[in-house]
Amino acid sequence: MNLQRIWTRSAIYFLLIAFAAYYLMPFYVMLITGLKPFADVQIARMWELPQNPTLEGVLRAWTSVAPNFWNSVRITVPAALISAFIGSINGYIFAKWRFPHADTVFILFLVGMFLPYQGVLIPLVRTLQFFGLYGTMPGLVMVHCIFGIPITALLFRGYYAGIPNELLDAGKIDGCGFFGLYRWILLPISLPAFAVVLLWQFTTIWNDYLIGLVVLSNPSRAPVNVAVQNLAGSYFVEWNVQMSGALIAALPTIFVYLALGKLFLRGLLAGSLKG
Amino acid sequence: MLIALVVLAPSIFLVAIFIYGFIGWTFYISTVKWDSAVVDYTFVGLKNWQRLFNDARFHSDLRNHLLYALGFMSQCIVFGFLLAVLLDLRIKGEALFRTIFIFPFAVSGIVTGVAWRWLMQPTTGINLLFAAVGLENLQPSWFVHAKFGMLAVSIAAAWQFTGYVMALYLAGLRGISYELREAAAIDGADSFEIYRYVIIPLLAPVTFVVIVLTGMNSIRIFDLVAAMGGSGPAFATDTLAFNMYQTTFGSYRFSLGAAIGSFMILLSLFLVVPYLRSMRGEVER
Repeated sequence: MNLQRIWTRSAIYFLLIAFAAYYLMPFYVMLITGLKPFADVQIARMWELPQNPTLEGVLRAWTSVAPNFWNSVRITVPAALISAFIGSINGYIFAKWRFPHADTVFILFLVGMFLPYQGVLIPLVRTLQFFGLYGTMPGLVMVHCIFGIPITALLFRGYYAGIPNELLDAGKIDGCGFFGLYRWILLPISLPAFAVVLLWQFTTIWNDYLIGLVVLSNPSRAPVNVAVQNLAGSYFVEWNVQMSGALIAALPTIFVYLALGKLFLRGLLAGSLKG
Repeated sequence: MLIALVVLAPSIFLVAIFIYGFIGWTFYISTVKWDSAVVDYTFVGLKNWQRLFNDARFHSDLRNHLLYALGFMSQCIVFGFLLAVLLDLRIKGEALFRTIFIFPFAVSGIVTGVAWRWLMQPTTGINLLFAAVGLENLQPSWFVHAKFGMLAVSIAAAWQFTGYVMALYLAGLRGISYELREAAAIDGADSFEIYRYVIIPLLAPVTFVVIVLTGMNSIRIFDLVAAMGGSGPAFATDTLAFNMYQTTFGSYRFSLGAAIGSFMILLSLFLVVPYLRSMRGEVER
């Protein structure tokens, strides 16, 4: 009986370690390839650790994608902040102000975030061109904010729904109106929700490729994921440069994930309504 | 009440225009003759749809999506469930394993594609590992395979997405009390039977969500295809989204592109409608 238990436990850990190795494998390969000089990137020795580790590939990749990296920062940070703020107001309304047909409106919001962007891209480009926002960073920020309305409203609605109405009633007695209740009662206790939403929006927008490609394809203004994809075309055989570029693009979201993993997980579960 | 509606109004307006209005507009574009860089709103009825349905590339897209969905969804569900069950067995280092399994979900589709394109080079990468363990005869051409290239893409996609599915199953498992399992064990069920007759049925709602999410992903798939060599030999790894992008923004056949986009919307309704039905109870609380 005891022997059988040891045997099953070993099998469980063996499986877990095997899967862990599988999920880490691409990161390992990106890292070792990125640290190899071009001469050492040989297909036969792909899995070997770099004999002469160098930052040559990283630097070449960085020279190429650095402007786009900063573009992504300038796009992602404001877009995440603005959409989180909009989401918190909308979530507050959906959770605490039961206007007629609120549920229908909310369901239509939900459907909106499911639908593939290919169904809106052409009108989107036409509209942005009409307003002179096509190919500009403010245009892309605006698009991310608009497409973020449903998911941020959903996440904040869930959070505010858990806050007892009695708290708001007390505020009403003290003379708070619509904005007063939000400003003095909900906002001060919204930090956890803001953290989850900011993290979610940051990751989604940073990792976006399609919208950046369509709205801001100009190579000097494009976000970093578009640049990394272009890098693959221009440094065709230089795998060390390609892997370094991919790592650079992944670094901010990896960092955020490792630092705030718990919040990330909470966003994942709450956002399971989204694709 | 009025203030609330006024404050919400801009958001309602933007969602109504940028999502629903634009979808309607896209359907409209699919019925006009706009097939060059010059805007042309001459009505042609269903001609673009006819052309699309007779297009060989569209046919391979449908086949590719089916192949991809089969590979991607089965990997996500099987491995996601398996990993969640393993992590739920009160093991040591659970947090570490969980962090590692979800890790790929933090990186973008492009990063995933770039890494896996290198891993799936026919002359190196995984094939090198295969050869090292004596599988010299198993040297697949992966995503450049003329028939099953799409399955290679689905492996990279599942690598990224499985951790998410695992997190969903893990949350579901944590919601099932140990008392329930113990009760089943007392009734004489062995652990396999407990999973077969108690756990898996109780997790059906999670599985439903997982099917909807992975199904939506199977309709949208774009980034990975772009990063792993595009539409491939004879469109073996082409998808609707990639086709739509090239048709519209590459060859300026806007109406045909709009037909593909509209088709994708229709396709996703098969998942959205049942999902909303199941959601209704949850939303109206």
